Amino acid sequence: MNAAPTLAAAPFDAAELAALRADFPILSRTTRSGRPLVYLDSGATSQKPLAVLDAERRFYTEHNAAVHRGAHQLAEEATDAFEAARAAVGAFVGAPAHEVVFTKNATESLNLVAHAFSTSTAYAQRGSAPQGQRVDPRFVLAEGDEVLVTEAEHHANLVPWQELCARTGAVLRWVGVTDDGLLDADALDGLVTERTRVVAFAHASNVLGAVADVARFVAAARRVGAVTVLDACQSVPHLGVDLPALGVDLAAFSGHKALGPSGVGVLWGRAELLEAMPPFLTGGSMIELVRMERSTYAPAPQKFEAGVPMAAQAVGLHAAVDYLRALAPGGRGMERVEAHERALTALLLERLAELPWVRVVGPAAAADRVGLVSFVLEGVHAHDVGQLLDDEGVAVRVGHHCAWPLHRRLGAAATTRVSFGPYNQPSDVDAVLRGLHRAHELFA
Amino acid sequence: MDLYQQLIIEHSKRPHGSGLREPFGAQVHHVNPTCGDEVTLRVDVADDGTVRDVSYDAEGCSISRASASVLHDLVVGRPLEQVQRTREAMHGMLTSRGEDAGDEDVLGDGVALAGVSRYPARVKCALLSWSALADAVLRVRPC
Ligand SMILES: Cc1ncc(COP(=O)(O)O)c(C=O)c1O
Repeated sequence: MNAAPTLAAAPFDAAELAALRADFPILSRTTRSGRPLVYLDSGATSQKPLAVLDAERRFYTEHNAAVHRGAHQLAEEATDAFEAARAAVGAFVGAPAHEVVFTKNATESLNLVAHAFSTSTAYAQRGSAPQGQRVDPRFVLAEGDEVLVTEAEHHANLVPWQELCARTGAVLRWVGVTDDGLLDADALDGLVTERTRVVAFAHASNVLGAVADVARFVAAARRVGAVTVLDACQSVPHLGVDLPALGVDLAAFSGHKALGPSGVGVLWGRAELLEAMPPFLTGGSMIELVRMERSTYAPAPQKFEAGVPMAAQAVGLHAAVDYLRALAPGGRGMERVEAHERALTALLLERLAELPWVRVVGPAAAADRVGLVSFVLEGVHAHDVGQLLDDEGVAVRVGHHCAWPLHRRLGAAATTRVSFGPYNQPSDVDAVLRGLHRAHELFA
Repeated sequence: MDLYQQLIIEHSKRPHGSGLREPFGAQVHHVNPTCGDEVTLRVDVADDGTVRDVSYDAEGCSISRASASVLHDLVVGRPLEQVQRTREAMHGMLTSRGEDAGDEDVLGDGVALAGVSRYPARVKCALLSWSALADAVLRVRPC
């Protein structure tokens, strides 16, 4: 006898969706063509609910002060609000507060990690680590050590590693993409060698939509003691994600893609690893003791938060994760977000499959994707597709989406990407199809 | 939408002077890093300063392809001084945010690109081949 299937979360119904959409005032504006806005570029940045805007405003109108400085009441309240945000954002991805570092965005988080390697390497070569900072061999690179990424990475998870290699003499390797637009995961085992020190990869591709087989990457990296770095930009806003449970060592995501404000991002890392990593940006707030000759540094996460931090934005991100969790009873909102976006993705894939002049890149099934679909219209450049969609009020992303090597591999100079948020509705897919038919008629 | 004039669509579908040819005095490669559009452009200039040929290979949207096609029409057979004035007129129109409709006597079919100036994200597409031309001319005739 089969066990009872667990009840799958359902997409939002029409009434739920209407109520949810009312929380996003921007969705009721019209565009220059006179048509209502259909926002399908949440993969680039999401729209923000009133709860987030209100939380930021309340911070400024009632509690604003420089965090971690001063002993007046406002400074205490601001610090409490900032630290409460750390705890809430950590809980949202299954992590304790002290493993959450606030950065300005995922790009900074990934650079922070790359610099931990080159700084540790310099400390080791020169014997110059600051007092209290042990130089961890996992972060020390020798000439010819290897950094492994994938050919599908966003530039944010590629360029910092190229630069790390340039600073240290390490060698960049990558897992390729097959002709079908899928990661060549079978090549992974051959690419992870005794020299591999870092394995950095996206949880979900911002172009292909494909969700990586994280367990497989982690197993390969563990076999040789390499540090795993997950780019979780396109997963955390769209799926329920428990970062520690994934088995990776470090992970980065941006608040602005998860209904939060711009200017705040996250680096999550296992506490033991964060302690082993040297600071990236240095200055105020991240120190323990400063003398003219040399200084010592605060424990993580403070060690990585130099200068007055983005408190209002962190408070806004706190409101965003609360909002997402509250979309279903018991704080299980992300299950419904995932189901909702997946249903929209399935609908879009189905409609695109009816058009012989559209080539979708990435996995064929919505079940293997997060809520985004990139495609090429035969004979029509993505810019022209985007312009005609814009004329329908539809906002999508066109270009290489900061994944130029991947586009080269796919043989496409540019693609058109539709990416969903919790607030999208089935009629948004109709609007896309109207624009695509117009583009095809005009240009093909 | 006033962007996609019939003339633009025709130029983009059947671009004039497309393809790389010999002889040439200089070749340049320009890209638009925000969208990945690329153009390789060659110029051949006679001793008397007449542009004998502009040949190009453009990979991009309809606007950038049409603009390259118009460029070929406006530049081949003309003296460099006139080419410079045409280029300035084109640049002025494209960056005018809808204020300059362009002079048909100077820009010919190029006035069909006037609508581009209202779409700031597309101005670079239309300018790509013109910037490449300026660069290539500088290489044959350093000033
Ligand atoms: C997969 C992926 N990684 C990294 C980034 C960089 O995020 P940010 O620009 O917020 O630092 C993005 C966003 O564009 C992304 O989609």
